[in-house]
Amino acid sequence: MSKILKVEGLTKHFPGSKHSLFGKRDVVQAVDGLNFEVEKGEAIGLVGESGCGKSTTGRLITRLIDPTSGTIEFDGKDITHLSNSQMRPIRADLQIIFQDPYASLNPRHTVGTIVASPFRIGGIEPEGGTKKRVQELLEIVGLNPEHYNRYPHEFSGGQRQRIGIARALALRPKLIVADEPVSALDVSIQAQVINLLKDLQKQFDIAFIFIAHDLAVVRHFAQRVAVMYLGNIVEIADRDTLYSNPKHPYTKALLSAVPEVDPDAIGSRERIRLTGDVPNPINPPSGCRFRTRCWKAQDICASTAPQLLQIGASQVACHFPE
Amino acid sequence: MSKFLEVKNLSVSFPTEDGVVRAVDDLSFSLEKGKTLGIVGESGSGKSVTSLAILGLHAGGSAQVGGQILIGGQDINAMEESEVRLLRGKLMSMIFQDALASLHPYYTVGNQIAEAYLVHNKVSKSVAKKRAIEMLDRVGIPDPQKRVDDFPHQFSGGMRQRAMIAMALSCNPSLLIADEPTTALDVTVQAQIIDLLRDLQKEFNTAIILITHDLGVVAETADDILLMYAGKEIEYGTVRDVLQKPQHPYGWGLLTSIPRLTGDPNKSLAAIQGTPPSLISVPNGCAFHPRCTYVSRVGAACSTLIPELLPISAGAHHLVRCHLQPATREEIFMNQVGPNL
Repeated sequence: MSKILKVEGLTKHFPGSKHSLFGKRDVVQAVDGLNFEVEKGEAIGLVGESGCGKSTTGRLITRLIDPTSGTIEFDGKDITHLSNSQMRPIRADLQIIFQDPYASLNPRHTVGTIVASPFRIGGIEPEGGTKKRVQELLEIVGLNPEHYNRYPHEFSGGQRQRIGIARALALRPKLIVADEPVSALDVSIQAQVINLLKDLQKQFDIAFIFIAHDLAVVRHFAQRVAVMYLGNIVEIADRDTLYSNPKHPYTKALLSAVPEVDPDAIGSRERIRLTGDVPNPINPPSGCRFRTRCWKAQDICASTAPQLLQIGASQVACHFPE
Repeated sequence: MSKFLEVKNLSVSFPTEDGVVRAVDDLSFSLEKGKTLGIVGESGSGKSVTSLAILGLHAGGSAQVGGQILIGGQDINAMEESEVRLLRGKLMSMIFQDALASLHPYYTVGNQIAEAYLVHNKVSKSVAKKRAIEMLDRVGIPDPQKRVDDFPHQFSGGMRQRAMIAMALSCNPSLLIADEPTTALDVTVQAQIIDLLRDLQKEFNTAIILITHDLGVVAETADDILLMYAGKEIEYGTVRDVLQKPQHPYGWGLLTSIPRLTGDPNKSLAAIQGTPPSLISVPNGCAFHPRCTYVSRVGAACSTLIPELLPISAGAHHLVRCHLQPATREEIFMNQVGPNL
């Protein structure tokens, strides 16, 4: 199998606030040294709590922000330092779907204009004309092609998300980064959009990086899952291994915190309750970043940061994996 | 059994330029002390409007509130605004979804908790502050003596929600309404807050109305569930009834459409087609019928006649608003819904 994306040592530090005029600026270590690969046509899930760096990772990969260090290799080409104009032809293959279906569509543009924008920006004239292609795209994502001339406010949240998906799909990309694509939607609509994305992934053989905080949603979409905590990947494994046999204590805690719908299953599940909140990424704990909330932490956890190592079928960054 | 809270035929409508929005329509339910009722529904189903009505917070706005809201025998809806104000905080209290927006950024957390306590108790400021520290300690804020003087922005999301809970419970209210209390929080923090609410309920014997769209959160906290759709209650029963043996096609749709941690992940989710209706033009008959898969099993009644909320069998506590015959419903549940749960 060949890789569509390879990320090495990917790091993003944002400048924080300054405490005095000549003092040093704080550094927010949003993403710190990520290594992972995505195969062609593969759906990988990126999960973690707010502030873990999952969205920053998505924006780094799509080059919407510049990395502090590390490399991003897309489809065999190093795109880490490409300029905006050099990135433009690559964006045809590398698209993003945003979380907020209200903020990510220009309210003054019609749906037709929005979905056609990748053609316009890329200077591409699709076969049979832009309008015909846009209407095809609207049909693919389950919208009425006759709504070509309508404005975003005339659509519901779920329908708007479909417009965003049609736009991402326009140039038949090889990789789509979907940043929390269903978290703003109602439960009954979420399932529709998850099913749609899954069908598209299979039909067009698109690789997906599916960023979400909801472990159950990711389980229904991704073939492989990476769990992030405070800017690091703590565990990567294929879906079934990760959900049935989590190796990192954080993954285990995260899974056990998901509320159970079946009242009879609630008592039978192991409950791990983490105390406290995620530490501040300006001043992350030394060694393993999870150690302050971990029930297994020992001295070594504070002194040495664990590397992501192969243990069984999973890659885990922990001194005391399960 | 004494029902502490009884809501009878509550309706709330908002006149707008485009027509009357019937946000809540003929809603009735009751709740005992120490019990939790989960009100579940999607955006626009009327769950938050119901909770604001129970607190008497629609007064002064354009909303028209009908029906009775009896709390401990007193009808909130028939009272003057000034009378309700005296009860709010003491008899009933509320925690909101967005803790940052609900706390005042210019006042310390302790100040805001003490304020609620001072309104209802004739005590000095220092006693009220002591109470604030005590409450912060009770909801699990570390180092409460120091943190009481912090401003809301110095708290994390989970701590702010804890501070809100401390404020809401400072006067020992008998009824607590929690409107999506954990939606803005991360799962690990959500689990902490759910545990906290459950412990506090045991300690104070509070009646809780939990408003949420998350079936998992209700399953872990509530005793009864009220399922709402387009301003109407469409199913009402115990958690076990509604989550394990749902009777309404909308409940079936919800339960089979949510992604879970168990079951076959490769199977497509059984999504409900279409979108929730606009409350200005609610479909005739059963509001859910345009999205319902089983309309053909009933016939014309679904689009012409609003079904009544009836017990699923004589004398049952489990109520449903649907035209399907009990036998047909049982058959559909056994063959098509049950296997997917």
